[in-house]
Amino acid sequence: MIIKVLLVVALAAAALVALRGRRTALNLLIRRALTLGVIAAGVFAVLMPDTVTEVANLLGVGRGADLVLYLLCVTFLFVSIGLYLRLSEMHDRYVELARKMALHEADALAHRQTHEDVR
Amino acid sequence: MSMSNSHLDAAHGVATRAAVVIPMHNEAEVIAEVIEDVRRRFTHVVCVDDGSRDQCARIARAAGATVVRHPTNLGQGAALETGIRHALSQFEVDYVVTFDADGQHDVDNAAAMVERAILEGAQVVLGSRFLGETVGISRSRQAILRTAVRFTRSTTGLDVTDAHNGLRVLRRDAAELVRLRLHGMSHASEILSIIGRNRLSYVEHPVTISYSDYSRAKGQKSYNALNIIFDLMVNRLRPAA
Repeated sequence: MIIKVLLVVALAAAALVALRGRRTALNLLIRRALTLGVIAAGVFAVLMPDTVTEVANLLGVGRGADLVLYLLCVTFLFVSIGLYLRLSEMHDRYVELARKMALHEADALAHRQTHEDVR
Repeated sequence: MSMSNSHLDAAHGVATRAAVVIPMHNEAEVIAEVIEDVRRRFTHVVCVDDGSRDQCARIARAAGATVVRHPTNLGQGAALETGIRHALSQFEVDYVVTFDADGQHDVDNAAAMVERAILEGAQVVLGSRFLGETVGISRSRQAILRTAVRFTRSTTGLDVTDAHNGLRVLRRDAAELVRLRLHGMSHASEILSIIGRNRLSYVEHPVTISYSDYSRAKGQKSYNALNIIFDLMVNRLRPAA
């Protein structure tokens, strides 16, 4: 039962991040802390698989493997959203960069033509 | 720059007081004809080549347009913004006209819209095919456009009759506000939301759209309307950049 609450909250948070996500220092810190946490939990789970099952039971999940699958889905969602936000931000910068190039080139051309007209 | 209210001045000023911006992507087939037509009424024509693979940049230059070339394909919205920024920086014009490359717009409509902007002092004049005449439109396309209008009215609060018309006139102060985050096909609605957000004064003007086989083939697929709605909703919910 507890797992249902946790998963719904996590999915709602994912939707919020997708819409409102910004790259702030706090977000960066949270992301780094979570990455370290996931690695540590992974090592722990590999060494003590029985404990994972116990934790799963505590949360209302039958098997440890199921709990791991649920966490994997949520993590994947957050990673995808993070990458999507990152990519669209890079795309905005890329458009602006390419536009500046195009405008610069056109200005240079216009400048050259005016000079030719004068001569 | 002074704004004269005399009708005579308005009639004479149109050709040099406005620059026409035409975004183009692989339009070699029709662009020369479109530019020649536009140049009957306007002195300054800016074509933005959005990474075309054909010869349309060379053809446009030969036809007398100033050409700005995107190094790669960035999207129609991006091309429009590039053209507007170039026109504002290179020409001492009071108005920018946005015009489609596929020949569906009528240059006389565009000139009448600039004149109306001058006479009525409007910051924006929007072309509307539903106030005017539309040639060769399919029934399904008409239904989609009408739905788009209803959606746009409810989201921007603007009382418009046509949501996705590429023919518009922007006064310099309005054109300077055009910074688009939707680089692709959803920019038309984004421009409307810029008008709404900044409370710009606008009027709609009836225009004739000619759907030819060429413009139909080049045009958007109807289902892209769903992509546009998605873009707009996400863009609305996201915080301002």
